[in-house]
Amino acid sequence: MNSLHIVEDVLAKDIMTEPNRKGFGKGLLDAGKANDQVVAACADLTESTQMHLFREQFPERFIEIGIAEQNLVTVGSGLAAMGKIPFVSSYAAFSPGRNWEQIRTTICLNDQPVKIVGSHTGLYTGMDGATHQMLEDIALMRVLPNMVVLAPADSLEAYRMTLAMAVDKRPNYIRLAREAIPIITTEKTPFEIGKAYIYTKGNDITFVSTGTMTYQAMVAAELLYKDGIDVEVIHCPTIKPLDAVTILQSARKTNRIITIEEAQISGGLGGAVAELLSEEYPTLIKRIGLRDSFGESGKPDQLLEHFGLTSKHIMLAAHKIMDNN
Amino acid sequence: MVKSKTYSIEELELKADDIRQDIIRMLEHVGSGHSAGPLGLADIFTALYFGILKHDFTKPNWDQRDILLLSNGHCAPVLYATMANAGYFEKKELLTLRQFGSRLQGHPERTKLPGLESTSGPLGCGLSQGCGMALAMNMNKDTHRWVYVVTGDGELDEGNIWEAAMLAGKYKLGNLIAIIDRNNIQIDGPTEAVMPLEDLSDKWESFGWHVIEIDGNNIEAVIDASAMARAITEKPTAIIAHTVPGKGVDFMEYDFTWHGKPPDHEQAKKALNELRTLKGKIRSEHE
Repeated sequence: MNSLHIVEDVLAKDIMTEPNRKGFGKGLLDAGKANDQVVAACADLTESTQMHLFREQFPERFIEIGIAEQNLVTVGSGLAAMGKIPFVSSYAAFSPGRNWEQIRTTICLNDQPVKIVGSHTGLYTGMDGATHQMLEDIALMRVLPNMVVLAPADSLEAYRMTLAMAVDKRPNYIRLAREAIPIITTEKTPFEIGKAYIYTKGNDITFVSTGTMTYQAMVAAELLYKDGIDVEVIHCPTIKPLDAVTILQSARKTNRIITIEEAQISGGLGGAVAELLSEEYPTLIKRIGLRDSFGESGKPDQLLEHFGLTSKHIMLAAHKIMDNN
Repeated sequence: MVKSKTYSIEELELKADDIRQDIIRMLEHVGSGHSAGPLGLADIFTALYFGILKHDFTKPNWDQRDILLLSNGHCAPVLYATMANAGYFEKKELLTLRQFGSRLQGHPERTKLPGLESTSGPLGCGLSQGCGMALAMNMNKDTHRWVYVVTGDGELDEGNIWEAAMLAGKYKLGNLIAIIDRNNIQIDGPTEAVMPLEDLSDKWESFGWHVIEIDGNNIEAVIDASAMARAITEKPTAIIAHTVPGKGVDFMEYDFTWHGKPPDHEQAKKALNELRTLKGKIRSEHE
């Protein structure tokens, strides 16, 4: 396999796991230590979104908003207007799910650098069911001018992303997940807002993945290599602005693209990549993600299997796209 | 300006008259925009910019300024007209209102015009932003600064307002002052028919606010209420300012059909004539 050795061996039996929201919590604490203008607000989910670490260290810089997500982001706008760097958290189904217009007007159009933290995204939310499994957040945030949309692969990347958000001058949205997922990045893995990264080089197909799905994409690529299919895996921690250069270079080489995300493909990463390619370099593309469907209650593994988001499903799609060409 | 000049009430009333005339001229010129609300708010805005706020038009980002948020952004004409009269930009720019390329957008946009504190239009968001600003001032130990939020009364139908009201009560934001433009009209008719707000004073008090009710077309009453609100440090204050929609132009007063439309040429002429001969009329009503 043409691994660039910038991420862990994803097939290793002893790979560490942790929810990526934990990395966010540690990152926020360290961002708070680095800059006393960093403040936080939460809508009654402080421990769940891992803001309790910050609250315990900096109680005077933490605001408990209560269950009021419209207030959460508009208070955030006011804090940012006074020079604070506010991180505001809830579950993504409620923020940015419920308060989209407030985000549009008071944060994006008003150009205030509020950091919106949406936890419990995707099918990894599991047993809580469809109401809480936020799958439309990428689409909702990606369409807003000025907004930066981020989805970390794992806890370590979430940590580094949070530190980067604290110094970014734009409105940001970060999508996090509830359950433990493998930590695939290392201290050597590069991260910068706005960049996509090639984790393995290949010539036959390009996988473009984001968030929790990059692990599944890497596993699929390893196994496909054994089947004689040489996959290039691009991890896209920044969905907007999309790193067009990296994706187009790869598309010109492989001429086959599969996007993989734990979200609605319509308006999601799949939508973004399809828009890019159809304008710049029309390429055969398959999109893996939710297809106009809600989730349901179940264990994350059962749900990923049911909705076709496992490495096995990615491999099937890879074989198909090889046959089509 | 750091209160470089203290105006008499008579001088302020003349300013309010000028601001009303500017509002009529801008609305007539562009043929689009809201008439009743801005006219009703002219006395409150005059009081704020010329008698209450600590501000400096030469340094709109001065870090010791008081903050004014116009939550009901559709009343932008009164904000723009007052800012121009206060020196933020030349009065001739008022005629660019709502036109392509203008800094005076149909609803205020912070990034377009220095001196605007936020972007508003969609209702119910200003009080929350004011809470965030007041909280930030407290974190910074920034005393002697206040945040004023002007809201409409129809706007109080929005749930976001009450989320903010609860938060301000919880955190005892004594540096936050809401001025509610109680003119009793909204687009579909009287507020009490569309969605009853009364007992409004009780509502705010029960959320932990100090409440002052005033005649919002009486400049002296506005200034006095602000001073009282500043003296209440342990809780936020809501000034329920009873105003007459369309105030100063007889055929617009109390008529909710003037909420969202501008005067045509003849109507503007009539309105301006009336305002020019108004001098002192609004004051005399209070005596």
